[in-house]
This record gives sequence, structure tokens and C-alpha cells, in this order.
Amino acid sequence: MTFELSERVQTVPPSGIRRFFEIAEERDDVISLGVGEPDFSTPWAARDAAITSLEQGKTSYTANRGMRELRESIADYVADRFELGYDPDEEIIVTAGASEAVDLAFRAFVDPGDTVAIAQPAYISYEPGVIFAGGEVLSVPTTEEDDFRLTVEGLEQAGADEADMLVLCYPNNPTGAIMTEADLEPIAEFAREHDLLVLSDEIYAELTYDGNEHVSIATLEGMRERTIVFNGFSKAHAMTGLRLGYALGPAEAINAMNKIHQYTMLSAPTTAQHAALEALDSCENDVEAMVNEYDRRRQFVLSRFREIGMDVFEAKGAFYCFPEVPEGFTAEEFAEGILREQGVAVVPGDVFGEGGSGHLRVSYATGLDDLREALARIEAFVEDHT
Amino acid sequence: MSEREVLELLRENARYSTADIARMTGLDESEVETTIEELEAAGVVRGYQAVVDWDKLEDERVRAEVELNVTLDRETGYADIAERLARFPQVKALRLVSGDYDFDMEVEGDSIREVSQFISEKVAPVPEITQTVTHYVMTSYKENGIELGDGDDDERLSVSP
Repeated sequence: MTFELSERVQTVPPSGIRRFFEIAEERDDVISLGVGEPDFSTPWAARDAAITSLEQGKTSYTANRGMRELRESIADYVADRFELGYDPDEEIIVTAGASEAVDLAFRAFVDPGDTVAIAQPAYISYEPGVIFAGGEVLSVPTTEEDDFRLTVEGLEQAGADEADMLVLCYPNNPTGAIMTEADLEPIAEFAREHDLLVLSDEIYAELTYDGNEHVSIATLEGMRERTIVFNGFSKAHAMTGLRLGYALGPAEAINAMNKIHQYTMLSAPTTAQHAALEALDSCENDVEAMVNEYDRRRQFVLSRFREIGMDVFEAKGAFYCFPEVPEGFTAEEFAEGILREQGVAVVPGDVFGEGGSGHLRVSYATGLDDLREALARIEAFVEDHT
Repeated sequence: MSEREVLELLRENARYSTADIARMTGLDESEVETTIEELEAAGVVRGYQAVVDWDKLEDERVRAEVELNVTLDRETGYADIAERLARFPQVKALRLVSGDYDFDMEVEGDSIREVSQFISEKVAPVPEITQTVTHYVMTSYKENGIELGDGDDDERLSVSP
């Protein structure tokens, strides 16, 4: 038989990173700075809690919204770290990764023909998520001149006043940009004025450097009732493979998302929930140690790019930096060139949407010895071709 | 604070160049050099050593952990005994510890015979030492915070979102 794909599936092109992945797979000497996941192992206490839960036979479904104990722990954590107040019974849902939570939100709140404004460059799954839900994407590009922060001017120029929803991700994948409270205030005002639902992906919230504290847009006046916050354990707690995230929002919104979740995922993986509970309970020091190490690598990488003579944005969050490719190259040409000639994998900024062209996403979630060698190879490539 | 940061990096890898440390800490290279010189001069940094996985070498290297019990008298304290023992080059580490015995001593030699001889002929006869219990190291899994063995393959995708 032939599979007649739905229009929605046909509309979405294959991921732009797929091709680079395939080229990288052809060689065995690649140093990868193209990965969006920590190189650290999950803190041992969390892994041990997962093992113990298995030994005790805790392998059944949990409550659809996640174990109550975990939801309580999440509520305490977000209150303590980010001044976010949510009721564990009604306003928190635990999901299989923050990605599932984002997908639930698109499916719960996007109707065919609805417009979702996305601040770009952005994590590559938002756009397909909107399309799979039947919505239309409105790209709101950010620029290096504005430190890749979203501005009201940018929203107005893109026509976001007509949109139904706005997607933010700060600290940002791929740029490493952050938004301060002062940066977020006018965005919040715009959202209130134009009645936008805001989806705020804060998965990198713990990874904020240079003395900056992460601020959630949901903490600003009049925003709690129109914002859904996403977070999870993949990045700061190095638990990517355990697939555990969560969403915070008003009861009405979380109930709607739970309706889809209970018919599809039923509940997030139980073993991962036990690991997450322990991660929140006792792994604060592990997180701090990883954040300190990322910060050192960030400074190293920024400094080396400047030395090489490549302009690089002063990233203050996540574990990416976003250098500009030298004149005469597109980002794709440069990324393919250093992969084929020098065996260094990075991701061209274009794949993350408007505003990303001419840049590379370079992940420093890799040990310093590899970073040093990779930067030396990039330097050699630049010297050979400029 | 910068002293602490520099120390942490040196403990992580003493072969980081001053340029690397400068880049990672945001300090000037000259500041890093000065900090390290000061830490060395103050005796905070006492030396730099490699962490070796002896099991990977053909040559035999024998190590033992030795528990020592001692009896003190008015003229002899722990420090006196420690001073005497620490002079032997075979003694790689010596610590006064709490618990069932007094000193914890690490000894290295080229053969079991050499280590045994050292303990029986040089250590045990020390008059204040009343008992020695020798534990030969069979396999080492972690040294100085570094896990030994072949567990460092990066199995992550080369490129991911």
C-alpha cells in the first residue's frame, strides 16, 4: 500500500540538522560541538534513586499529572529558585520531557488557522509542533544588534499583534541570549495589550551566567494568568535520556493539557520521576558544579573565537555560543567545510529560523580538551580559507 | 575567590596552560601566573603529579595500604613517628586517622617482596609501632577523583537539536 501522508506531515520539511548528522556519521574522528545535551552523567544520587525504584518494583503508571510528591517538590523548587507559585494539585503537569509539554500546549490551544508567533532563532521543534497542531507560524526574528533579545519593535514589525500565541525560549537555544526583567516588561505589556497566550520555555533557566538571575515572564504583573512555563530535568540535571519535563500554568490550561496527555502518554516514565524527585531533593550541589564548569568553558570558547578573529555574541545562558561566520561563507558552507575538512561538527544558525543566518551554534557541553582541539581546527580552517 | 578558582582548575588538570586558565576565569594571563606563583610560594600548592593507571603498564607496580598502630610515651608524639616514617621514599602518603588504628600509610614498590621487606624490616621494627596490617592493592578504580578504566566513550549523537 502507499501511505498517503497528512498534509500537515507533508508540510514540515526534514530537520535541517539531519544532513550534518549524516556527514558526521561518515567519519570517526569528529569532535562534536553540535550537541544540545550535557556531557555530564546524571548525578549519581538521582541514578541511584531510579535504580532503587526499579528494585522496589515501582514500575506502574503514576497519576496522569505525575507523582504528587514530585509535583509538590517541583512547586517548592520553582518557588524557591524562580519566584513562581503553582499549586501542585491543579497547576503542574509532569511530562515525558519538556518537548511533550510544549506539544501538549500547541495541541490544547491552537486551532486550525491560529497564528503562533515564535521569537527566532529558536529550538527547532516549535515550528513543526505548531504545524502538526494545524496552526500557522509567524516568525519574529531577533538580531545580534539587540543581543538576540525579543523587542516590541520586532513584534510589531512581524505583525505579532494579530497573533494568538507567543513562544519564548530564554535562556535561548541556539544563541545563549537571556532576557532580564527590564527586557521582559515591555513584552509582557504587549502580550496583555494584544491578549496573547505566552508559552515560555525555560528549560535552560539554571544555566544563567555572569551574575544574572533567570526571570520568568510569568512573574510579571498580569502574566501568570496568560503564561504557560515549561521546564524539565534534561539540561541542568543532565537527564536528557530520562525524558522528564513539566509545565506550570493556570488550572484551566493544565487541565486541558492533561486531557491530551492522559489519552496519549498516560503518565511520564515512573523510573524517571523517582530520579527527578531525588534530583530536586539532593542534587543542588551537582547542578552548581556543572553550571560552574559550563561557565568556564563558555569563557574559554568566547575568548578563543575572538582570538581566531570571528565575531561572537556574548552568550549569557544555556550552553551554546553563536559566532558569526567569516565573510564569504554562508553558515551552511562554513559548517559543512569544517565538518568535512577538519572533523568539527557545529550546527548552522539558519536551521533555527530567521535571525540565525550567518551564525553557527556551537555547544560547549564537551570537555575542555576537545574544545581546545576543536577551536584549533576551526582556527586552521579559517586561516586556510580567508 | 580567583585563588580558589585557579586551584580548582589546577586540581582538575595541572597541565592546563596559564592561557587556558586565563580564558576560563576571565583573568589576565599575568594574573593567573602571579596567583599560581603566590600559591606555590605560600606552600598551598605543594607539587604537581600525574594520575596513573598502573594496570595499563606492563611493568609491575605494587602498592599497599598499611594500617599502623603506635604507642606513645612522654618523649614521642605522633608527629615524631610520622616524621621518621615519611622520610622513606617508599611511603607515598601518610595520614593520622581516627578509628581502629592510628596511621594510614600508602607504600609503593616494584614487587610484593620489596614492599613486604620494607614493612617488615623498616617499619615494623620502629619501637613505637605495635602493629602493622598490610592490604595489597589489587585493582584501582578511582584515583585523585579520576575514574580509571575505559568508561569515557561519548555516545551522544554528533548533532542534536
